[in-house]
Amino acid sequence: MLKLISQRCKGCGICVNFCPKKVLEVTEVGKCAIVEGKAPDCILCGQCEMRCPDYAIFVEK
Amino acid sequence: MGMEQIAEKYFRPGRLPHIWCPGCGNGIITGAIARAVDQLGLDQNEVAMISGIGCSSRSSGYLDFNTANTLHGRALPIASGVKMANPALKVIVASGDGDCTAIGGNHLIHAARRNIDLTLVVYNNSIYGMTGGQYSPMTPKGSKATTAPYMTIEPSFNLLELARAAGATFVARATTYHVPQMVDAIAKGIRHKGFAIVECVSACPINFGRQNKAGAPAKMMEWQRDHAVMVAAWEKMPAEKKAEAQAAGKFPIGVLYETDAVQEYTEAYDGVIERARR
Amino acid sequence: MSRTLLLQGNQAVVEGAVAAGVRFYGGYPITPSTEIAEQLALRLPQVGGKFMQTEDEIAGLGTAIGASMAGLKSMTATSGPGFSLKQEMLGLACIAEIPVVIVDVQRVGPATGQPTSPAQGEVMMSRWGTHGDHWVIVVSPSSVPESFELTIRAVNLSEKYRVPVIMLMDEVIGHMREKIVLPDDYQGIEAASRKTPSCKPEEYLAYAADKEDLVPAMAPFGSGYRWHVTGLVHDETGFPKGTPAGTVESLNRLHDKIYNHLDDIVTFENYRMDDAEFAVIAFGGAARSAYAAVNLARQEGLKVGLFRPITIWPFPEKQVQEIAGRINGILVHELNYGQYVLEVGRVVAGACPVSLYGKYDNESATPQELLAEIKKAMKK
Repeated sequence: MLKLISQRCKGCGICVNFCPKKVLEVTEVGKCAIVEGKAPDCILCGQCEMRCPDYAIFVEK
Repeated sequence: MGMEQIAEKYFRPGRLPHIWCPGCGNGIITGAIARAVDQLGLDQNEVAMISGIGCSSRSSGYLDFNTANTLHGRALPIASGVKMANPALKVIVASGDGDCTAIGGNHLIHAARRNIDLTLVVYNNSIYGMTGGQYSPMTPKGSKATTAPYMTIEPSFNLLELARAAGATFVARATTYHVPQMVDAIAKGIRHKGFAIVECVSACPINFGRQNKAGAPAKMMEWQRDHAVMVAAWEKMPAEKKAEAQAAGKFPIGVLYETDAVQEYTEAYDGVIERARR
Repeated sequence: MSRTLLLQGNQAVVEGAVAAGVRFYGGYPITPSTEIAEQLALRLPQVGGKFMQTEDEIAGLGTAIGASMAGLKSMTATSGPGFSLKQEMLGLACIAEIPVVIVDVQRVGPATGQPTSPAQGEVMMSRWGTHGDHWVIVVSPSSVPESFELTIRAVNLSEKYRVPVIMLMDEVIGHMREKIVLPDDYQGIEAASRKTPSCKPEEYLAYAADKEDLVPAMAPFGSGYRWHVTGLVHDETGFPKGTPAGTVESLNRLHDKIYNHLDDIVTFENYRMDDAEFAVIAFGGAARSAYAAVNLARQEGLKVGLFRPITIWPFPEKQVQEIAGRINGILVHELNYGQYVLEVGRVVAGACPVSLYGKYDNESATPQELLAEIKKAMKK
């Protein structure tokens, strides 16, 4: 499961870019979010958590 | 420990979100320092983190160690004094490329020469970010900067060769794309007894990226991915191929040099005390 | 038990530092202060202390500040060109309240000037050298024994008030040799140490000052109290806070912790001042000519005395005002074109005439030269 702390997110899009399953998006308000219906596609690879410069997204295994 | 727990444990409560711009690599490097400390199982009371001035130097205020955000270019002398007074402390120095190689360049070569047990983490984003995008000694020649509207004409330093020639006994490079390798390099640097430098190639999407049409933060990280070569592969390259790679802007990452043949400075000073008391 | 020695002022500084408990020195060689570095390189490791010859003057004070953060009483020494370079670090020590002692053995300036000749050209610089509003303590010895005592006092004041203390010497005092009686061991020397926190580490607010003295407790790095040092304007937590009200509060405390304790900090000497009708004000090396000139004047029946500030900053305002109200005139004698006289004039504010004998020709005044100037000034 992904845990997002949107208060820390600055919407840089790094997680979106490196997500191999295209689970993430930057919304209109400039925050990272899970694309509707895509949550089950997440493979918990941790690419997002690893490169998030703002400690705003974590993989909870 | 996952990054969530690491952020919880090693970052000071209530200080996030940090001040850095969207997509700035400083958060990744600062996170890597926390991960390295965690990996080594160090007590936070035994870690000191000294920084200079600039975007990256704000990192010391976020981490819950014995910390100091000092003066522009001057982190190394202050860190050297801390280490001399209490050699049991693991002293990490955070410095930007301008802080470390321009205004602090003299301190860099002498701290390296003494082989004092400090771990210098250089946040290299190739630009002065805090003042708005002026070129630094690490800005690639031919880049645009607010103080080089017609492109820079100055060649940049090869920082690690400079540090090694000056006497550094541990020399490594990583990028913000290669996070596990960065954590590993910093952890090894901390464990190394002597002067360690870890150049962390980073991106400043706002003040370098925009002027140089480098694209979104993720695109700048892809550039790192496509130009970094693991040191083992780099060393195997025949000379001709290496020259070609260098011309294409490629660079090696990993631990490039390490030796334990040189006595560490504070340890050597213990010998001075012993001789003085004889 | 004690020993009687013939020492230079610079050597007396070294013994004072060791006696006061200084255990770290960082510095760069510079005339006419180099003997301090040389002797401390010899002495500090004998007492388990550490000496570092740094790459430049900036790093000299920088390493001392770092060592102080980690709990050692620390100092550096320099002369004019190096003192110029140290101003940046001095500001950090002021705002971050890191105890440290800076000895400046003045020579003729500016720039290289006359490296081996005496001057007192850094009177104003010692007070105002670094940028921004800041407050420091500056003391100036006039003899070799006093160089020993004042070094101890400089260290103690620095520790007590968490402020950089500048020991403003000059080439006369630094290189002059005089008899000095030193105790055989320094156990009995009164040595002050900075306050350390008594609260639990998690309750420690690094810049929360005690109400009585306005000085916060300082935990050495590595003691289990984790805190943050910054050169940014900060609040009691030690983290940056640049609001207008926060800045005023923070700067006011840095001022008040010194200026609320002037009776403790300001020291001076009155020499033949009891019945004096005219006063010479001089300090450091210049005061040596003044003692003799006052004696010559007295032999001629002139009621002249010497007021010698030992703490030159904060300025002994109360004392100078008191003197100005009961005498006919003041002559300020200093080895420069006229610096301290500006402050004397401001404080005297017309209560009596103030004249200057500023000497800036690379040499101290002879007593006769100064006497002639006293007589001239008395006629005004």
